[in-house]
Amino acid sequence: MSDTPVLELRGLAKSFGAKHVLTGVDLSVRKGESLVIVGGSGTGKSVTIKCALGLMSPDSGEVLFDGKRVKSQKSIDGMRRRSGMLFQGGALFDSLTVWENVAFALMYRDGVGRKEARERAIASLSKVRLGKSVASLRPAELSGGMQKRVSLARAIIAQPELIFFDEPTTGLDPITADAVNDLIVEQVKALGAAAVTITHDMASVRKIADTVAMLHEGKIIWSGPVDQIDNSGNDFIDQFVHGRAEGPIQPAM
Amino acid sequence: MSSAEIPVVIRPFQMIGHSVLAAFREVGRITIFALRVLIACVTPVIYVREVLRQCLKIGFFSLPVVGLTAVFIGAALALNIYTGGSRFNAEQFVPNIVVLGITRELGPVLAGLMLAGRVSAGIAAEIGAMRVTEQIDALATLSTKPHRYLYAPRVLAGILTLPVLVLVADIIGVMGGYLVGVGALDFSGPSYLRNTWQFVTAGDIWSGVIKAAVFGMIIAMMGCYQGDRSKGGAGGVGRAATLAVVGAAVLILATNYVLTSIFVQVGL
Ligand SMILES: Nc1ncnc2c1ncn2[C@@H]1O[C@H](COP(=O)(O)OP(=O)(O)OP(=O)(O)O)[C@@H](O)[C@H]1O
Ligand SMILES: [Mg+2]
Repeated sequence: MSDTPVLELRGLAKSFGAKHVLTGVDLSVRKGESLVIVGGSGTGKSVTIKCALGLMSPDSGEVLFDGKRVKSQKSIDGMRRRSGMLFQGGALFDSLTVWENVAFALMYRDGVGRKEARERAIASLSKVRLGKSVASLRPAELSGGMQKRVSLARAIIAQPELIFFDEPTTGLDPITADAVNDLIVEQVKALGAAAVTITHDMASVRKIADTVAMLHEGKIIWSGPVDQIDNSGNDFIDQFVHGRAEGPIQPAM
Repeated sequence: MSSAEIPVVIRPFQMIGHSVLAAFREVGRITIFALRVLIACVTPVIYVREVLRQCLKIGFFSLPVVGLTAVFIGAALALNIYTGGSRFNAEQFVPNIVVLGITRELGPVLAGLMLAGRVSAGIAAEIGAMRVTEQIDALATLSTKPHRYLYAPRVLAGILTLPVLVLVADIIGVMGGYLVGVGALDFSGPSYLRNTWQFVTAGDIWSGVIKAAVFGMIIAMMGCYQGDRSKGGAGGVGRAATLAVVGAAVLILATNYVLTSIFVQVGL
């Protein structure tokens, strides 16, 4: 593990009108580290990673990639070139086939030819347990779980140094979910990427996380190594880990 | 400042001020958007494959709509000119005025308006759906600019295909006039066509084609702009489509006047 974090967020704040979603988020993740963000529904987890990738501009605070401030469009582009993102809703291009989706960055960014791009897309699809037969289908012809896996294949195909997974296992059967967890671990451990994963799935947290951070009311209220989540001494994380409706966190209604 | 603190008499002025400012803001936004897309249209990388796909979608599949519009307008125009012309014994000018009206004015304007409905709405809905399902964000994370990959190909396709559609409309519109002229108004077929052909100038055709290229840009640009700005689920997408059609139609009519007066000035 190197010393400069691949990604660091400092005092990130973001409001929508009168709604203060983030009020000062501090996070960092290093090369070869897997950070998992947990937190109730609607607390701003997706907003956090969208700010990190420059898809939303934070009201205040800063984003550092590889120790350098990301602010100008050029620096944002530079960061995106070395990052991958799995969107919560998949966000597959529905006018393109599955393989064209997966190989999109190769073809339209890196200028790889269609034939080679297709082969690499099929290889990437096999990592998420999808066969060659789906390669020529359209996203609309796939089930929700399959779409998610295609999206995952698209996020990792260019071997990014920093990967964001927004709820990678939601909507998958337990066996595929476990395969996806393995895949995330492999990306981080074998390829040395830094990963930021959002999940509600505690089994997934235990399997993939090195560090867990909990977002609540606009701030990271607890963060620590994954082996401390069962005896963190923090009521919030305790309630979340055990999935209780009673406690300091009020269920979103 | 909340509106409660403002005296009642001032409020109408305040509302007018707000809407004027909002209108300026919108014009500014559209201009910046349009400039960015146009720059992407003329600088590499241009995604030729996408451009061709959009040409097919915008151009080829609009042929029936444009053809039908043109034939009926040509026919109705011939009847009207005949009726009007007969008041001062000018019936024989039907072919001349039909071809002039179609090539300079009705061909481009009506094709533009029909395509504002068909194409602008379609583009706005497609891009809007991509916006609300985060596909535009996904495009950005894959380091591909929507201006380049999505908008420039559509705008280029609009600029390239509308002139072709208008040429087709010119021919079909003249044929509409011909059918009425020969079928109902006892013109002889060969002399109708001869009159048309001898009367029409390259300037007539060119002015229509230039208008068409500009309208094609407006149609695609408004679709892209409204789609890009849409938010809030299916309702937002529907709203984007409506705004695109209305915006494109108004802009086409206004631009038509401006272009016509320029053509008159330069003698085209
Ligand atoms: N574009 C937007 N405009 C207005 N409000 C937004 C926008 N995006 C998100 N929000 C608001 O920000 C809050 C946080 O949203 P976010 O999607 O980050 O939640 P989340 O933590 O990812 O929840 P979940 O676990 O359900 O995905 C929500 O209350 C949402 O209403
Ligand atoms: Mg979310």
